Amino acid sequence: MALAILRRVAILVISVLVASIVVFAFLAVLPGDPAQVALGINATPELLARTRADFGLDRPLVEQYLSWMGGVLHGDFGRSYVTGEAIGPQLADRLGVTLWLVGAGMLVAVVLAVPFGALAAMWHRRFGGTAISGLSQLGVAVPAFLAGILLVQVFAVQLRWLPSGGWTPPDQGAGEFLRGLILPALSLGIVQGAVLTRYVRSAVLDTLGQDYLRTARSKGLRPYPALMRHGMRNSAVPVVTVLGLQLATLLIGAVVVERVFVLPGLGSMLLDSVSARDLLSVQGIVLVLVVAVLVVNFVVDLLYVVIDPRLRTAR
Amino acid sequence: MKVRISAALALLLVISACSAGSTASVSSGPDTLSVGFTAEPANFDFTRTDGSAIPQALLYNVYEGLVKLDPGGKIVPLLAKSWTVSEDRRTYDFQLQPGVRFSNGAPFTAADVKFSIDRVKTGWTISIKSKMDVVDHVEVVDPLHARVVLTKPSNGWLFDMTGRVGAMFSPTGVADLANTPVGTGPYEVQSRRRGDSIVLRANPAYWGRQPAYRTVILKYIKDPTALNNALLSNGIDVIAQISAPDSIPQFENDNRFTVLQGTTNGEVVLSFNGAKAPFTDARVRRALTLAVDRKALLDTAWAGRGTVLGSMVPPTDPWYEDLSGYYPHDPARARALLAEAGQPNLSIRLRVANLPYATAAAQVVASDLADVGVHVTIEPLDFPAVWLKQVFTDHDFDASIVQHVEARDITTFGNPKYYWGYDNPQVRQLLAAADAGTPAEQVADMRQVARTITADAAADWLFLYPNVVVAKKKVTGLAANQVSESFDLTGLG
Repeated sequence: MALAILRRVAILVISVLVASIVVFAFLAVLPGDPAQVALGINATPELLARTRADFGLDRPLVEQYLSWMGGVLHGDFGRSYVTGEAIGPQLADRLGVTLWLVGAGMLVAVVLAVPFGALAAMWHRRFGGTAISGLSQLGVAVPAFLAGILLVQVFAVQLRWLPSGGWTPPDQGAGEFLRGLILPALSLGIVQGAVLTRYVRSAVLDTLGQDYLRTARSKGLRPYPALMRHGMRNSAVPVVTVLGLQLATLLIGAVVVERVFVLPGLGSMLLDSVSARDLLSVQGIVLVLVVAVLVVNFVVDLLYVVIDPRLRTAR
Repeated sequence: MKVRISAALALLLVISACSAGSTASVSSGPDTLSVGFTAEPANFDFTRTDGSAIPQALLYNVYEGLVKLDPGGKIVPLLAKSWTVSEDRRTYDFQLQPGVRFSNGAPFTAADVKFSIDRVKTGWTISIKSKMDVVDHVEVVDPLHARVVLTKPSNGWLFDMTGRVGAMFSPTGVADLANTPVGTGPYEVQSRRRGDSIVLRANPAYWGRQPAYRTVILKYIKDPTALNNALLSNGIDVIAQISAPDSIPQFENDNRFTVLQGTTNGEVVLSFNGAKAPFTDARVRRALTLAVDRKALLDTAWAGRGTVLGSMVPPTDPWYEDLSGYYPHDPARARALLAEAGQPNLSIRLRVANLPYATAAAQVVASDLADVGVHVTIEPLDFPAVWLKQVFTDHDFDASIVQHVEARDITTFGNPKYYWGYDNPQVRQLLAAADAGTPAEQVADMRQVARTITADAAADWLFLYPNVVVAKKKVTGLAANQVSESFDLTGLG
């Protein structure tokens, strides 16, 4: 067990290092000079040279990489070329918004997928099951941003029940915070929920065919209670795996949804930083996203063991 | 195992708690206004960070200069009650408003004028600081009388004083400009939330008329559709400038809103690389200008919003005259000129900024030029990063389309090193004479500059970018034109 965790930590560290090198290298060959972008259309060659020196862009790439990585290891992500502010606190601030969004999206997805998936499986030869499968198929085909635009049109622009975007931190009014979170969470969650519904359906179908469920039924339990008492845990293992994989997709979906709903999260920071060639910020954001995905995988591994006690001895 | 999971959850909670940012909440009421913009300031320090977003938010609202530009493009008094110019046009005497204080309590006097102007040369790092190079020295005659002496006469200098280089600072208020602006204006910065908004509140000790709105929230929404939706769903009260012309009718057809259309300083230019063959030949440039139907282009690419121009002069400049008919759309003459120049089968690379107005205009230009036998390859370049590097700095292009937003940027045609590679000693001489002359001479000379570059087809001025402001009916006093660097909140009612 300890060895397994150690192995995963080693993989995590190596992955982060490789990712940091790849990100750094990609940004280094990206056309466009950060100093030029910062100075704009009036820049003189002398000023450009001075700004490049201020940013440290005139140093060899290896040296730039090492000094950046050295800083990151001490928790210092450097200062933004564009804003001049420390990147670390800004990252933490933005990550908070994105985590709320992803968490709420996930919640919507699970709340939709578990009952609908289970029903689709139990009714798989009836009209209801086919209808749910069809709807989920449709949901999979709709991109999150389109769902977002449609939700905004209906609930914000036409009905004016909810804000079309913007962010109120939870400590500045729980009501406004929740009102602002509903539409983004729905647009992210409906699409993911549709994907997840299909997995829940096949996992439950699989469970329904198992001997122990037949035994439970033969003892006189009705189908639904039998599934709840004996089948759900077993169905959960493949679903949790997919959930973990989907979290990475959710993070990517969040980038787009943040744009549609004007949320100051990591995604919108990433887009702004790329277009401003704020390379240090981009490096920091991507690194945080990579670490987030790896941590999710780590947590998923732990959850297996909690859900399925048989896996505890297997490791 | 449970312990570890709760540790992971605790970590997530801690990280998300970090989002509890540094801003105070804003109560919305009748004296609160929210205005939506697309470009967010990187910080509050326009002395060290370039771009239009910072002066747009702060100039005239938080910072004031001696003079300001009114919506008609006229220079009017602000912190200077009045001024006189000496006979040789080198000495400016400014009589200052009495009883003015900075938001940190320090009084505003002629010493601050000297400090601010001197500091442009010493403390500013962005290239716009060169606009102060013409200043020889500043004298403090008495606390309410500042004298500025120039090395040579310059009308451009007083005009530049209406922009950010003319902003007045206090020696006691420049310690942390990026976060804490200290000016004499009717508003102070209350708070900001990066990626979201800036909140301004009225300065109770303001020397002039108190602004109508006590609190103004500047909301930053990059996506044009999201910006429109915010207004449609009551999230904001005003859109400072609409950047998607197709969306304007939905506001015009909705009686909740007022739509104002005016002009900007933003000339959308089809530029030619005049330093490179075949564009060194004026016949080729003229032919291409004749080939493009600009009225039709404006209708197709920008829904007919905007103004057809014939030169690099917006209607709000004193030397504007309508030159839009100088080269009427005439494909036959264009073909003849190309044949005369020995270029009947020309192929060019049109490298445009990847912005909506530019890519839309590029399609029309390519199709019009195809009609006269010019083959056009359109290459959209990521703006600003890639366009700045390849077209602007490296001059690696045949033709390009981009919007030139600076006020009075016709002077760039006097710089042969500028990316359009236009080299005409007569234009340089006229520009210098205009800068040195009396206001009447300036107008006459600048007109001559505009006519000369038009006759030379130094570029093809496709159209002037429109300023379209949409506001809720209750908001009054908005200016239709956007000609200064500021989004001026002071006239709102």
